[in-house]
Parts: sequence; C-alpha cells; structure tokens
Amino acid sequence: MVQVGRKKRSKSVYAPNPLQEEEETHTLAILVSNEPGVLARVIGLFSGRGYNIESLTVAETNHVERLSRITIVCSGTPMVIEQIKAQLGRLVPVRTVRDLTVEGEHVERELALIKVSGAGEKRIEALRIADIFRARVVDSTLESFIFEITGTAEKIDAFMDLMRPLGLVDVSRTGVAAISRGIEAIGK
Amino acid sequence: MSTTDAKRDASKAEPAAAEKMTGADMVIQALVDQGVEVIFGYPGGAVLPIYDAIYKQDKVRHVLCRHEQGAAHAAEGYARSTGKVGCVLVTSGPGATNAVTGLTDALLDSIPIVCLTGQVPTFLIGTDAFQEADTTGITRPCTKHNYLVKSATSLPGIIHEAFHVARSGRPGPVVIDIPKDIQFATGVYEPPKKPSVQAYQPKTKPDMAAIEEAVEMMAAAKKPVFYTGGGVINAGPQASKLLHEFVQETGFPITSTLMGLGAYPARDPKWLGMLGMHGTYEANWAMHDCDVMICVGARFDDRVTGRTDAFSPDSKKIHIDIDPSSINKNIHVDLPIVADAGEAMKAMLDLWKARKYKADAAALKSWWAQIEEWRSKNCLAYKNSDKIIKPQYALERLRAHLEKDKRKQFISTEVGQHQMWAAQFLPFDKPNRWMTSGGLGTMGYGLPAAIGAQMAHPDGLVIDVAGEASILMNIQEMSTAVQYRLPVKIFILNNQWMGMVRQWQELLHGKRYSNSYTESLPDFVKLAEAYGGIGLRAETPDELDGVIAEMMKTDKVTIVDVRVDQKENCFPMIPSGKGHNEMILSPDAEKFDKKLV
Ligand SMILES: Cc1ncc(C[n+]2csc(CCOP(=O)(O)OP(=O)(O)O)c2C)c(N)n1
Ligand SMILES: [Mg+2]
Repeated sequence: MVQVGRKKRSKSVYAPNPLQEEEETHTLAILVSNEPGVLARVIGLFSGRGYNIESLTVAETNHVERLSRITIVCSGTPMVIEQIKAQLGRLVPVRTVRDLTVEGEHVERELALIKVSGAGEKRIEALRIADIFRARVVDSTLESFIFEITGTAEKIDAFMDLMRPLGLVDVSRTGVAAISRGIEAIGK
Repeated sequence: MSTTDAKRDASKAEPAAAEKMTGADMVIQALVDQGVEVIFGYPGGAVLPIYDAIYKQDKVRHVLCRHEQGAAHAAEGYARSTGKVGCVLVTSGPGATNAVTGLTDALLDSIPIVCLTGQVPTFLIGTDAFQEADTTGITRPCTKHNYLVKSATSLPGIIHEAFHVARSGRPGPVVIDIPKDIQFATGVYEPPKKPSVQAYQPKTKPDMAAIEEAVEMMAAAKKPVFYTGGGVINAGPQASKLLHEFVQETGFPITSTLMGLGAYPARDPKWLGMLGMHGTYEANWAMHDCDVMICVGARFDDRVTGRTDAFSPDSKKIHIDIDPSSINKNIHVDLPIVADAGEAMKAMLDLWKARKYKADAAALKSWWAQIEEWRSKNCLAYKNSDKIIKPQYALERLRAHLEKDKRKQFISTEVGQHQMWAAQFLPFDKPNRWMTSGGLGTMGYGLPAAIGAQMAHPDGLVIDVAGEASILMNIQEMSTAVQYRLPVKIFILNNQWMGMVRQWQELLHGKRYSNSYTESLPDFVKLAEAYGGIGLRAETPDELDGVIAEMMKTDKVTIVDVRVDQKENCFPMIPSGKGHNEMILSPDAEKFDKKLV
C-alpha cells in the first residue's frame, strides 16, 4: 500500500472538472478509533474511489482511549482533496481529519533503512555522503552497510539518488509522519 | 411456562441488573429496545441460536422471505414506508452474500437498515470453514458501517450503536456479523445509551451565516428553482411540510429527483415533474436556465446532471446536504450548507418571514411565463391506441383508480421503462409512499419492497409497478406474500422485452437487439395461481378498467399481466453523457395536446 515516489500523477476516475486546477500533494493527519478493520476502511476508500495515496503510516498513539493516528500523503486536484477529506470524515471510526498542508506550518519526517553493498573506494564514499546527510550506520558486514536516515521524503529521495551508483540494493521506508507546529493537539 | 422459562425469555421482562443472558437472547432484547417490530430473514446453521430465541418470544415478528436479497429489499420497503430502521437476519456465507445487493441498494439510496449476519464460530474464522465468508470484508464498501462481534459482552452495545449509525446523519445500511459461539455465550445485557453519549454525531444544525446568505440569494433571484431529493424524505414528514410551505411562500418552481418524489404534491402547479434522464422538458430546462438553484437533499448524480460541463451553466447553486462528501463531489456549488434538510429549511423559512423577504415578482412572472412555454411542449404526451394498450395509458387508468381509492397508497417499482413511466404518470402527493431503486437500479427490488411496506401498513394499498423481466428476479417472494396474507398488487407492464435495454439498443446501438427479448416467459396468471395468489390479465384497452377495478378489490397477492405495446419508448430522454439541451422528445409529443401534469 505504501508507495514511494512523490511526483506520481493522479489516475482519478473522475472526469476533469471545467475549473480544473493543478494537482496538489497534501498531508493529512487522521485520528481514528483503533478498531478492527479501520485501516481496511481507509485504504478501501482510496482504492474504491480511485484516489492516490503516496504514503500512509499508522500506529496506535493513545493506548488508553485506543486511538490510532494515520498520516496520509495524497495527491489530487483541490476538488479531489476536498472529497478525500469529506469521505474520510464520514467513516464512523474516524474522529478527526486535519489537512496539515492547509492548516499552517507543520513538520514532516520519514525514516528509511537503506542497504548499500560494495567494497573499496565506493564504500568509503558511501560513508562520507552518509555523514553529510547525518545517516547512521546501524549494521555493517564486510560488503555492506545499513544506513538509518530520518528526514523529509525529499531528503531521503536525495540520499537514495546519491547511494544508487555506490551500490544501493534495498530500501525500507516508513512513510511520512507529520505533526503541526505550535501548542495545539490534533483532537482540539 | 415455569418462572425460569419466563426469565430466560428475553422479551418478557426487563432483565434484573446483573443477570446473564445468551448472546442470542441479547439480540432479541436489543431489537425490542430499539423498537423493532418486524425482522425479515432466512435461517441457516450460523444463526440457529437466534432463530431459537425468536421462537421463544412474541415481540419481534419474523417474516420468512424466500431469498436473502428479498429479505433485504423488504426491510428497505419497510424502512422507506415508515421512516424507521428496517431489520434483516441472515445466515453466514451464502446468506450474507445473497444480502449484498440489498445492502448496496440501501447504501446508494440512503435507506436505514440493520442486517444481522451469522458467522462461523470465532475459533473457525479464517479456516475456510463450511459457509464461512469474510462478511465484514465483503460488505465494507457496501455498508455505512459494519461490525464483527468478538464477545457476548460487547454485543448489546454494538447493536445499539448500529441502530444509531443506521438512522443518524445520512442513513444507510449497517451489518453486524455475529459468530455462532457468541450467540451461545452468556453475558450481561446493557440497555441502549442516550444518543448524546454515542461517539458518532453527524452535524445537523445549519450554519446561520450560510442560511442568511442563502436567503439573500433567493430574494435576489430572477429565475430560481428548487431541486430536491431523497434527503427531504429522509429528514421526516416535517421536512416535506416545510418544503411545501417554502415553495408556497416564495412562489418558486420545484422539481425533484426520482428519490424525492412525494415530498412535494405532484398536483400543485408549482411542481414541474421529475428531472433528469427521463425527467420532464420543463424541469430540465428550468434547471438548465435558472439563475439560482436551491438543492435540498439531492446529490447531483449523473442521471440528473447529464454532461457536467453543460449542467446549469449560469446558475448560483445552494446545496443543502447532511453529508459533507456530497458537496462539490460532481458539481461545484457556490453555497454549501451541511445540515439536516428539515432544520436548514426551517431556518431559511423563519428568516425569510422574519425579514419579510419577497421574491422578485416581476422577474418571477416572466420566469413562469417561460416555464409555461416549456410545459406546453407537453413532453409526456403519447399516441394512444384503441387496439393495443399503451403502457402510459395503463398507468393513467391506474392513476384514475388510485384517485378514487381512500386507502393509504404505496407504490413500488422494479427497474426499467415501467419505473420511469410510473415516476412520470402516477400521483405522488405524500412522502414515504414511493419505493424505488434509484441509485443502484436493482431489478427485483419492487416485489420484496412492496412486501415490506405492506407488512408495515396492513390496511394500505400497495402496488408494485413491474416489468416482466424484473419481476422474475425475485418472483419467489410471491410465496412470502401468500404466507403472510399480504395483498400486494403486482401491476406488470408486460412488453416481453427488457424494454429499457431495447430502447437503448434501438436509439444508440443501431437496432441490434442483442439478448433483450425475453423468450419463454411464464404465463403470469397461472404463475400467480400456482403460488396461491390471484392472476388477472388485460390484453386490450377496453379490458383495462375492469381488470384494475378487480385488482383493487383482491384480498390476496395479485399479479395483473397487462400486455402492453412492445415497442413503446420512454421519453423525454437525455442519453447518458449528454447535456440537458440534447434531450430527445417523443416524435409524437407536439402533435398531441393531451393535458398531463
Ligand atoms: C439486477 C439488474 N440487472 C440488469 C439491469 C439492467 N437493466 C436495466 S432495465 C433492464 C430491463 C428491465 O426489463 P423489464 O423489467 O421488462 O422492464 P421494462 O424496461 O420492459 O419496463 C435491464 C436488464 C438492472 N438494472 N438490474
Ligand atoms: Mg419489459
């Protein structure tokens, strides 16, 4: 379900609107009751209605009230983005839908584990670049490293681009986690 | 009955505070507490404990349908004709999958139903057990919400919440999947909580600033039109009254969708008839040319808008809907108001009166003159015959008989030309009297829906206007009607074709009539009799009145086989994907000035 590649274009099933505007990418924060099937509901909504998910992360964030927080990065025309929010909002287990992209400043982070294999000069170069990107080595063998890198999705993309000629063989990305700046909490 | 028996009997008495009961008994108790009087269902292995609990009580009446799809549509008919939540009970696996069409139908037409499905015992889930299906998985996209019950203790809370979800906000179907071991397990019953403590609370109160803006737009309008839908019916009879008052107060013309028929009396001159693909010329042109559109509880669906970029290009649009996702989904609107249709109209009407707003009388006068000109096209006119029964004529005669009848009248339909003709020709004067499958267009809906309505209104006159192809899709429900002595009338406009398919093939596929002729039809008179009902037939126009009069008197389920013109087409018609200005009119329409509403 979690797709990378933030420049993906919409394949919406809807006919283009006469007021057709440019496609936008939005980051949504969604608070849901952590009940069975809730993730399937959210994902089913995107696939059933032909919306684009670029990344999706989910975990329970409030163990007392059993609330999970889902962060979705999605793309579409402004009309489609409004639809996505309204459709999410009417799912029964969904408590709150916030569009971080329009609601002011927020912080986005993604974590990736990146495996690079190689020897000699390339290995040293990989370490050097990792240092510039503040990626940590979390495992190494004689022929490989696993780097842990945290940052915006763009930063991880950039790091991967540089690692590719140096022997990038495998990647695991978490998808974007996001939170608004300032004192307000999502449920408020 | 011993005292212990009486105690075990879920429905007899309020259970003592911490008394335990079985999951199956809790189901019955919860249904009773939710005001359920009738449940439509079909038994099977995974719901036997619930059937056992039904056997031991007499508060909830079970109606045994002959197919789970029939049970679901019957619950829809019951719900639509009463405004209450309809209730369904089916077994696991095939029972649940058979109910899926009914659930989807209820989702698209916003009909509140709760469907209880049996499931294999918890410890067998996921093993491909006998009659196991992933019911919550299958029904997730075709329900408003669904539940898989994991423990007997959670069961009553889930049932109460399910009813709350089904009836609140935009109504819809809810499934509760109950594994068999949970029906046997015991737990403490919990009565319904107040709705205010439920987590799911859709907004029903309108934003007053938006109301003010809407009323100002209406007062300034030169060519206004009300465009109303099923949401007005769902908002309760009070909403229909408010709509009537609002239309009278403003003098604006009004049209409605297929689902909204009956919210506004069709005999009133402000009524333009239904709009959309087979709507009237005047309704569609008024929509196209208006400058202010007041949409109440309708959703700009493609059968209404036609080509979206040609839809009402010059109007400012006000959209009242309880579901925020309906707003700006297909058509961009200028003023959205998320609220219950009744509450929003009340607020608007109060403000309209309080501020003494008046419609622009001069502008309205010339707008009405324009509308009358469109109306004079007489778009529903047809060429009658004295040899062959025209389907429109059959409905006009039915209408004449209905107008003389004093009973509460309910009309359901199947899907096809007959459905559109029924919408065009029958008198819809009250809400909750018209049951048709609008969103999903489900052939086979009408008979079970009529059964549901007749269960709710034993003294009412319930007529299913049917096509000979559609009726065969749930014909087995004849048996249900006979068993429960439901005198439903099935008025078949028998053209021996899947008429609507044939019409599209004639007009849009070069008259290549691929598989739309229904060979080997049964003799419907004998079929009715075989089921234990009454069969009547009309073959010529002069037989029609006698047969209808006889039908009105029958006390058993009755099929009337009306042999109509095989080649008649339903006009006006806006081919799908075309604009309102590309409407096809009956070639005969202008030549006949038969006055039709
Ligand atoms: C379950 C289902 N299958 C197929 C269709 C497609 N369909 C729409 S109308 C129609 C023909 C209906 O024929 P009939 O019931 O005889 O009505 P008529 O149009 O002749 O009045 C068909 C096949 C449908 N609406 N529903
Ligand atoms: Mg037919």
